[in-house]
Amino acid sequence: MEYFFELLLGGLTRGSIYALIALGYTMVYGIIQLINFAHGEIYMIGAFTGLIVISLLTLLGWNPIVVLIIASVVAVIYSSAYGFTIEKIAYKPLRQAPRLSALISAIGMSLFLQNYVLLAQTSDFLPFPCLIPDFEFWEPYSHIISSAEVVIIITTATVMILLTLLIKFTKIGKAMRATAQDKKMAMLVGVDVNRVISITFIIGSATAALGGVLIASHVGMINFYIGFIAGIKAFVAAVLGGIGSIPGAVVGSLVLGWTESFFTGYISSDYEDVFAFLFLVFILIFRPQGIMGRSETEKV
Amino acid sequence: MITLSEIKNAFLASIWFMFLTFPIMVIRVNTVENVIEWRWNNMIIVGIGSFFLSFLWSYLMKQKEMGGKKKSAEQEEHTPVTQKIFKEPRMYVPALVTLAILAAIFPFIFSMYQINIVTTALIYVTIALGLNIVVGLAGLLDLGYVAFYAVGAYSYALLNHHFGLGFWAVLPIGAGMATLFGIILGFPVLRLRGDYLAIVTLGFGEIIRLVLENWNEFSFGPSGIANIPRPGLFGIKLSLQGSTIYIYFLMIGIALFTIFMVNRLQDSRIGRAWLALREDEVACQAMGIDKTKTKLTAFALGATWAGLGGVVFAAKTTFINPASFTIWESVIILCVVVLGGMGSITGVIMGAIVLILLPEYLRAFSEYRMLIFGLVLVLMMVFRPGGIVSNVRRTYRFEDAKREA
Repeated sequence: MEYFFELLLGGLTRGSIYALIALGYTMVYGIIQLINFAHGEIYMIGAFTGLIVISLLTLLGWNPIVVLIIASVVAVIYSSAYGFTIEKIAYKPLRQAPRLSALISAIGMSLFLQNYVLLAQTSDFLPFPCLIPDFEFWEPYSHIISSAEVVIIITTATVMILLTLLIKFTKIGKAMRATAQDKKMAMLVGVDVNRVISITFIIGSATAALGGVLIASHVGMINFYIGFIAGIKAFVAAVLGGIGSIPGAVVGSLVLGWTESFFTGYISSDYEDVFAFLFLVFILIFRPQGIMGRSETEKV
Repeated sequence: MITLSEIKNAFLASIWFMFLTFPIMVIRVNTVENVIEWRWNNMIIVGIGSFFLSFLWSYLMKQKEMGGKKKSAEQEEHTPVTQKIFKEPRMYVPALVTLAILAAIFPFIFSMYQINIVTTALIYVTIALGLNIVVGLAGLLDLGYVAFYAVGAYSYALLNHHFGLGFWAVLPIGAGMATLFGIILGFPVLRLRGDYLAIVTLGFGEIIRLVLENWNEFSFGPSGIANIPRPGLFGIKLSLQGSTIYIYFLMIGIALFTIFMVNRLQDSRIGRAWLALREDEVACQAMGIDKTKTKLTAFALGATWAGLGGVVFAAKTTFINPASFTIWESVIILCVVVLGGMGSITGVIMGAIVLILLPEYLRAFSEYRMLIFGLVLVLMMVFRPGGIVSNVRRTYRFEDAKREA
């Protein structure tokens, strides 16, 4: 029974991690129906930027918590800037083009960013310091779930609530919903669609970067390739939950996290990634609209 | 005619990119010795580079916009130079003859290294033409294409290892196996829309690679299979050089066969059904084309060439492991198709030659190979979605209302 709870909590952490990345996928897809293949790379760049800032400040002898906060902020700023720029270069000129073109462009961008980091930094795995301290008040529970994992879960929950509020109650959220429903009509009623899309990319990238720093400090290792598999899994989660829906992304991530955790815990850990991909294939074939998505009828 | 505002924009772009690339390009932390390396010269390069590139970007953007306007205004038939050459027998016959002679004497003049590179390029021509059927003609983005390549390669390696089957016996079997896999994988996924299809095929490709990597009893795991025999020539024992030349000619034969077949397919009834499907699925169904069957044939026939290429690849390198069949290999093949021109056979051949041969000869840039591939995909999509040699649309003359791509 204890093993079961261990797997349950492990799955929760895993799910929260996927959720932070999946939110960006789902928001971008909701608004321009594009699978932003480079999203995983943004997450990776966030982790790298975070690592660089952390190394710099640690050498200067700053306090770990302050370092972590500053690193997260810098990573968020930079990843948002990357997300913004990528949209302007690789996606905006293709907004009228067939969807396949934008997808190919996204794949190209992903390949480019991976190799950019590989060439500018290194191909080795870099150790990422664990800066989330073991809080003292958490001592009695730390054998069940570490404080780093608690921080990840709480951050995900906060981000998700904030995003839901943003989309439900603010003006920009309303503009986003309008753009997602009908771009032309939104433009006609005075929504600056380009700005809305840019902001969506910025928000999505920011959550990915936050995820990047937190996850890297939880896992303890990064290299230029981490974005690909994380991105694919987050995408699976987003699709599972119903792509385009924010609560769906979180639900999907949790479901994926738990199934993966139980699968590796009870069956086999060799085929963990195979399992994730199989999951994806089956959802797309049998329930492409996901758990919380609405099914779409094709308009002629 | 560079205006002041353009200079200002270029300047801003250069500042922006210097800011953007600052942490990744300038700072490098050596975590072992805890030293920070500041590479300020990279920042200067980025600054100056993006300053000039932004002029190029805005120039190309303007060209693109003007091009679009011109097209809609004139509606004039515009055949590119390359296509004109192919229409004029006086021009293309001598060119083909020269090319054939060059190809025939090539292995006797150049070193084995060169022959190997060209053979690799020819393998890419074959598999890229196969992918061209799926992506270029039928408009289905297949990101797991390399899985069929793996199926071909592993068919040869395993059948040879366990049953001692020779190259020529496995060549059709490998192609057949790939076709079979194409049908098995294609059947469930073809109901999906474009971008979902891409992701599912990517998933399948990765599943096959991961299974090959983990199922040690079956595929010998990540260490792969070594000592795969080279193809035999009626039982004659060939020297290393002899067999290299032999594979080269073999590959030329296969490439020619592929070109011939794909060309015939393209003009066949099924080929035109693919094109119709690519343009408009709903309209295509309304015309009475069986969507599933058409897509499935595209998928299966595309996979066949990958299987064929895979068998030759295994025979050529004599060693295969799952690391040769990652998703990025699929992306490279996709890049060949996109650069050359989706749907155009000449384009795909040129794309393979440019993308596979150039990096081999420009050794200094070889580490930037994948970076450039990524860039090529983005830039081609933005500025020239048709590729270097874009396919000429089939137009029927007596009708005046035709649509441009």
